Amino acid sequence: MRPEGQRDDKPIRKLKQLPARHIMASGTPMCAGCGGLEAINEAYDVLGENTIFVNAAGCMTLLSIYPYTPFRGSWLYTAMAAAPAGAQGVRDALDVLAAKGKLDRDEDLEVVVLTGDGSAYGMGLSATSGALERDLDFLYICYDNEGYGNTGHQYSGATPHAARTATSRGEHGFGGYKKDLFSIWAAHRPAYVATALAAEPLDLAKKVQKAKQLKGPRLILALSPCPTGWDFEPRDALEMGRLAVETGVWPLKEYVDGVVTHTKVPKTRLPVERYLGRQGRFRHLFEPERDTGQLDEIQARVDAYWDAIER
Amino acid sequence: MRRLLTGNGAAAWGARLAEVDYIPAFPITPQTEIIERLAEWVDRGELNGRLVTLDSEHSMITAAGAAAATGARVFTATSSQGLLYGMEMLYTVSGWRAPFVLANVSRGLASPLTLEPDHNDVLAARDSGFIQLHAATCQEVLDLTLLAYRIAEDRRVRLPVLVNLDGFYLSFTREPVELPEPEQVRRVLPPFEPSTLRFRASAPVSQAVAVLGGGPYSYFRYEMHLAATQALVAFQQAAEDFAQVFGRSYASVERYRCDDAQYAFVMMGSFATKAKEAVDRLRDEGEAVGLVRPRMVRPWPEEELRAALSGMRGVAVIDQNLSTGKGGVLHSELCSALYGQPDAPPVLTSFIGGLGGRDIDAAELFEILRVTKRAVETGERPPPRLLYTEHELKEMRKLQAIAAVEHPAEEEATP
Ligand SMILES: Cc1ncc(C[n+]2csc(CCOP(=O)(O)OP(=O)(O)O)c2C)c(N)n1
Ligand code: SF4
Repeated sequence: MRPEGQRDDKPIRKLKQLPARHIMASGTPMCAGCGGLEAINEAYDVLGENTIFVNAAGCMTLLSIYPYTPFRGSWLYTAMAAAPAGAQGVRDALDVLAAKGKLDRDEDLEVVVLTGDGSAYGMGLSATSGALERDLDFLYICYDNEGYGNTGHQYSGATPHAARTATSRGEHGFGGYKKDLFSIWAAHRPAYVATALAAEPLDLAKKVQKAKQLKGPRLILALSPCPTGWDFEPRDALEMGRLAVETGVWPLKEYVDGVVTHTKVPKTRLPVERYLGRQGRFRHLFEPERDTGQLDEIQARVDAYWDAIER
Repeated sequence: MRRLLTGNGAAAWGARLAEVDYIPAFPITPQTEIIERLAEWVDRGELNGRLVTLDSEHSMITAAGAAAATGARVFTATSSQGLLYGMEMLYTVSGWRAPFVLANVSRGLASPLTLEPDHNDVLAARDSGFIQLHAATCQEVLDLTLLAYRIAEDRRVRLPVLVNLDGFYLSFTREPVELPEPEQVRRVLPPFEPSTLRFRASAPVSQAVAVLGGGPYSYFRYEMHLAATQALVAFQQAAEDFAQVFGRSYASVERYRCDDAQYAFVMMGSFATKAKEAVDRLRDEGEAVGLVRPRMVRPWPEEELRAALSGMRGVAVIDQNLSTGKGGVLHSELCSALYGQPDAPPVLTSFIGGLGGRDIDAAELFEILRVTKRAVETGERPPPRLLYTEHELKEMRKLQAIAAVEHPAEEEATP
């Protein structure tokens, strides 16, 4: 029986090719408008059911609660720091068993690590780097909601400058800067690294399909607008994603063979305020008074990024 | 075939003879020799498996559990800081019911930092869900490793098994070891039959999912506990098969010269060998004393321990660990097994020794027996005793003088 979902190798070029209904079951306990869940839905449609998700502690851990799972394939919850190591164990076991004739190749699975940014940018980084240096054949999907979501949205290594989180409630919000995980991965020279987000489903599907066809370590880093942690209306989730792209805050790009290519360059970038102003976590930049200094700094950083690209 | 092997060598041979598929590894003294040996065999094609060095023991234990849950036969090894670094995953992978074998080469825990052995590391893993076996000789290291696979993979058990060997005293000590032929081993240890334990395209499963509420959580934890208790039977049956093929028999509790004994030393691991020598000498002097050594620490073989100590007048428990603020772990465990039992020995004295590789010599064992006999005679129970000689204290004072220590901590602590 041919599994459902987007399984043929026909290259995805048009939105029309994407399935009208997701293969992952609905009715999960995620918040309404969760941008992470939507990104996973879109990715799963392309990956199909011959997958095992190896998960680290985070919001998505609650996708599988005994005795239910929305997935058609397999699932292994590990711990916050350990998902890439879990992927290593599963991948190695499948390979060794196949080599010894104890496993039919039809039974093989695509091993997919699924974690939030807290794990991907921080606690799981040692395990990730290890998997990269060993050239582990796996796909890593990070839904980046820019904070420790499951524990109430404290700041993480992925939190953007000035954002208010449960542990950066001060006047100026978070004092640090978002870590560049894309480059950290790329520095390991893996098979594939891409940024994506649910609001750009075609771009995401193409990237997942490309990743699926490659071997070795591959990352899909999906910015995941989080109504709960970022403080915006759930119905605005896709809009928030679009604004992240159109303001240039979230560049859509990929790394293959040592070359970084931007897959969507906004022709005229909207001012970052259009994105920031829609989220409660940045409200202090606008009220009670405009924090021109911080806003200018954020804008300048985004501009500098694109200037360097376009030069 | 008889060979001179270190304890580490014996552990490596155990894994090799078990024909393991997968070895996630990470170096740490005094364990490293195990993975170096295995790596060499894998490289030379003498062991048909894969060895992968992970980024940490946390990752290593995760990979071990994940591979076992996928259906591979897995061996891994660590020690001390490494075992504790992986502690989160010890609990996690036992909850996956992933059967594999982990050799722990016990070593004292920092701080202060040491390389030498005691049992605080392995006892920190006591409640993790791992079955725990403790070896006292290099031969036992090998044999228990093989038996460990039988227990782990037993369908009634399905839990990981930790085989403990003491750092230095076993890990680096060469002893003659009877190396079984692979053919013979296969008779005792058939290939791993993972049945439902696997991830396959045609049979998707979700493992280790979250539960809501204490009911389902308790269900799974109770199930693990009950499975762990089944390891007693699984061990016994495996040991019987083993004895038939190899002629060496292992019980969950070793008794040495206990038949008519009125007193016994109770201890774990390689230091028990020292106690055996002391028992022989005391026997020569007419003392009715024996040694009782639990080989299995989890599950705790209560019935066997009760039987071994039943009717004795006094028992001296020598702990190579220290639960700070309480005392010896083995002592408390034994008390709980014996309390209220008819014919239980009325006196259980407690001694702490052998921390960080500190020796326990024969004179101390003689003194331990004297103290225990006195307690029986006078009915006065001495408090737990921390073994330390005057000579050791003098040497320590010298070091403190060199370090110009102004306020030795014990001045404050000792009343
Ligand atoms: C070792 C460990 N420390 C802390 C936690 C508590 N914890 C659970 S989920 C979580 C946040 C994870 O953040 P992230 O990876 O960004 O995923 P998200 O919650 O945002 O989905 C934390 C800190 C844990 N489960 N394990
Ligand atoms: S907190 Fe954010 S990331 Fe987590 S489920 Fe809710 S919306 Fe999704």
